Amino acid sequence: MLDYTPKEYVNRKGLVINPAKTCQPVGAMYAALGIHKCLPHSHGSQGCCAYHRKFLTRNFRDPVMSSTSSFTEGSSVFGGGSNLKTSIKNVFTIYDPDVIAVHTTCLSETIGDDVPTYVMQAKVPEGKIVIHANTPSYKGSHITGFLNMVKGMVNYLAQNTEKPNGKINVIPGFVNPSDMREIKRILKEMGAEFIMFPDTSGVLDTPVTGKYEMYPKGGAKVEDIKDSGNSLATVSLGRFASSDGAFELEKKCKVPPKVLKTPIGIKATDEFLMEVSNVTGKDIPEEIEEERGQVIDVMVDCHYHYHGKKVAISGDPDIVIGLTEFAISMGMIPKYVLTGTPEKAFEKEIEEMLEEAGVEGKVKSGGDLFTLHQWMKEEPVDIMLGTTHSKYIARAEDVPFVRIGFPILDRSVHSYMPIVGYKGAMRIIELISNALLDRQDRDALDEDLELIM
Amino acid sequence: MAKGNDILKDRKEFICYKSQKEEGSIKCEKDSVAGSVSQRACVYCGARVVLNPITDAFHIVHGPIGCAAYTWDIRGSLSSGSEIYRNSFSTDLREHDVVFGGEKKLTGAIDEIVDKYKPKLIFVYATCIVGVIGDDIDAVCKMAEKKYGIRVIPVKSSGFAGNKSMGYRAAGKALLKLMGDDLPEKEKGINFLGDFNLAGEMWIITGYLRSIGINVIAKITGDSTYKEILEAPKASFNIVQCAGSMTSLAKEMEKKYNIPFVKVSFFGFEDTCTSILTIAQRYGDKEMIKRAEKLINSEKAKYGLKISALRERLKGKKAAIYVGGGFKAISLIKQFNDLGIKSVVVGTQTGRKDEYEVLKSISDEGTVILDDTNPAELEKFIKEKEADLLVGGVKERPLAYKLGLAFCDHNHERKHPLCGFEGALNFAKELDLTVNSPVWEFVKSS
Repeated sequence: MLDYTPKEYVNRKGLVINPAKTCQPVGAMYAALGIHKCLPHSHGSQGCCAYHRKFLTRNFRDPVMSSTSSFTEGSSVFGGGSNLKTSIKNVFTIYDPDVIAVHTTCLSETIGDDVPTYVMQAKVPEGKIVIHANTPSYKGSHITGFLNMVKGMVNYLAQNTEKPNGKINVIPGFVNPSDMREIKRILKEMGAEFIMFPDTSGVLDTPVTGKYEMYPKGGAKVEDIKDSGNSLATVSLGRFASSDGAFELEKKCKVPPKVLKTPIGIKATDEFLMEVSNVTGKDIPEEIEEERGQVIDVMVDCHYHYHGKKVAISGDPDIVIGLTEFAISMGMIPKYVLTGTPEKAFEKEIEEMLEEAGVEGKVKSGGDLFTLHQWMKEEPVDIMLGTTHSKYIARAEDVPFVRIGFPILDRSVHSYMPIVGYKGAMRIIELISNALLDRQDRDALDEDLELIM
Repeated sequence: MAKGNDILKDRKEFICYKSQKEEGSIKCEKDSVAGSVSQRACVYCGARVVLNPITDAFHIVHGPIGCAAYTWDIRGSLSSGSEIYRNSFSTDLREHDVVFGGEKKLTGAIDEIVDKYKPKLIFVYATCIVGVIGDDIDAVCKMAEKKYGIRVIPVKSSGFAGNKSMGYRAAGKALLKLMGDDLPEKEKGINFLGDFNLAGEMWIITGYLRSIGINVIAKITGDSTYKEILEAPKASFNIVQCAGSMTSLAKEMEKKYNIPFVKVSFFGFEDTCTSILTIAQRYGDKEMIKRAEKLINSEKAKYGLKISALRERLKGKKAAIYVGGGFKAISLIKQFNDLGIKSVVVGTQTGRKDEYEVLKSISDEGTVILDDTNPAELEKFIKEKEADLLVGGVKERPLAYKLGLAFCDHNHERKHPLCGFEGALNFAKELDLTVNSPVWEFVKSS
């Protein structure tokens, strides 16, 4: 029996059971992979680096490269300065990246390593760059780590050279390469000149060629990130993973920020397109309007599949906010909404959405999947949306389950299929609809099995 | 890609070619070079993988959430009873705890588990920062034992203290602590050390042993339980499979409980036969040896022909091996030989000097031998040696695929048991499934 969750709700103070988050460094590593020819560097024990690479590899099914400072007992006593300096030298000598993006770990933070100073003192070959972000694992979550690394990119690279470039900056948030690719497609369709960073498309969704490229074609170019200081505005998608980068650009380069939701569903995608149109002066082209019309057509065709269904949604805050808003607009009832990332602002935002929709639901930030499971035992739902780890709950409670978010470890292809934009909305509808209909087929008596649904 | 053929100077001594002329030996058992894209894990990882398969234990990871999140139900060891070990428990240390200490939180976590689950055994893992912030987990565990009358065992596994091997030793210490200091009355029977019941492998081997009349007292640690581990000191001898993770424990048990040990391996026909016979000779009488021979013959008959058929489809292929310990690499070379596959590149994360000597002695002329390698090196030698397939773990799979190479997971993500006679057939099947897939034709033509 895999189900060890009692129904009776117990208050817990010391214990997290079945986490719905992980630590900052892995988010920083993912963000850093979105810079072209960048090698992320983990400043801590070698196990951190191995775990993060494994975690990302399992989700993306592509090679994930990162180097480590390989802390020893000595470095944890005397500081990791010499490890970092040696690492920087070795990495440029053998792996030859253009950029090293250093992130810290709980260990290097706790012993008080002064990474910016070490970076300044390190011998960096001409034309090469080292950037860093502080990512203490005991604060926030992997989403915070992503946020901090993006901020680090702006800190080290962005410059206002007083040569306006007429472009719009887009920070896509902690989403799949497929989503970043889709956002770029939309921007291109609109004819908008843009700079997107980080950009893991072309890095973690590369084609097989029979050759292994340590630095694939994709990733945001350093000169573009530098130039982002000359842009018209920054649109950051998802406040929890992206807002600080935009604010930093405002502070450092006076580029006005605009923080939007991750464009999941019709409403959030509309808002994104309008904002791009406002900033760039470009009209929304017919092709995109057609896509919008098609999604609504699909929603009309299958609204009765999911209208009124109760749903539990869990995962990373920006994704969950997008999914909740979309679920409400589909007529679904978000009964339970939970993220592992500890951000009270998340609860507020979801609560407002639910209140407006007249839905009574439970909301929690900094929660774990044990709590979600307890809620579901109190009162079941019709469908769950969440990451792979939710499968234990879906199985125990025998609830249809749609895998969405990060990480997905037991299915493939998700990192090639967007969930953002109108195309992404259509895919989410298909996933939800099919999960419900598959369940109906599975449970139907012979005489009730329907051919046309 | 790495610059041309450069191998980082500091790495040179960790690589060698098998050669009749040269007598040089490989450097190993060292920390990774700072700045390398090492495939290695840490002390905590080693300790956790060894202890995790104890199915009715509660594993509390004391530290920030990451270490618990990355090890939640990833080992693939199966249970015949409790499934509690497949849940993830952590103290999720926050900034406040780092400043003011995490002992209170840990005590609270233990209290909550006791309150909810009435456990018999809790392992508390100390991760990197626990030592640095000065938490006395020994004291916390001791107090909890006293308060609740259960076993609460601290596992000293701060990541920076070394590599995975160090973690194996930490796990060994925790197990010894659990087994206690008393010398119990001996019972005729053995302990099986170093199988973690991935895909049910422990069940296959204990099945063989019981069928010839051998009493298996404790399985360490695949599909084991609190009660079973307590029984271990009674055994007349230990058999040790995963030598990398278990040799130190076996030696300690020899000292502490007078339990001698023999090394065994159940990977491949050859090793399986030798191991079963060794155990039977050591354990029993002529009758038992006869039963062992009978078992071997019938199993060979059952699987031999099927494996021969697959051999036809596999022979002539070239394999690269990159695995955790030396013991597994040695077994794999033998199995590849049986299947007509040549091992052209062989590497391990934590192989020991004596294991590398064996590896060298059984390898063909020209085989590349690597310690603690990185993707750039692996790629270089895979290409140079024109390997057709790679055997490795999680991080190596996509690398192999990108190179257009077949891949077999011989680590935590194996989907079928690969040990014993039926495991040898499964292994051949898996290799056939990947090496002879039509997908590689697309890769070649693209």
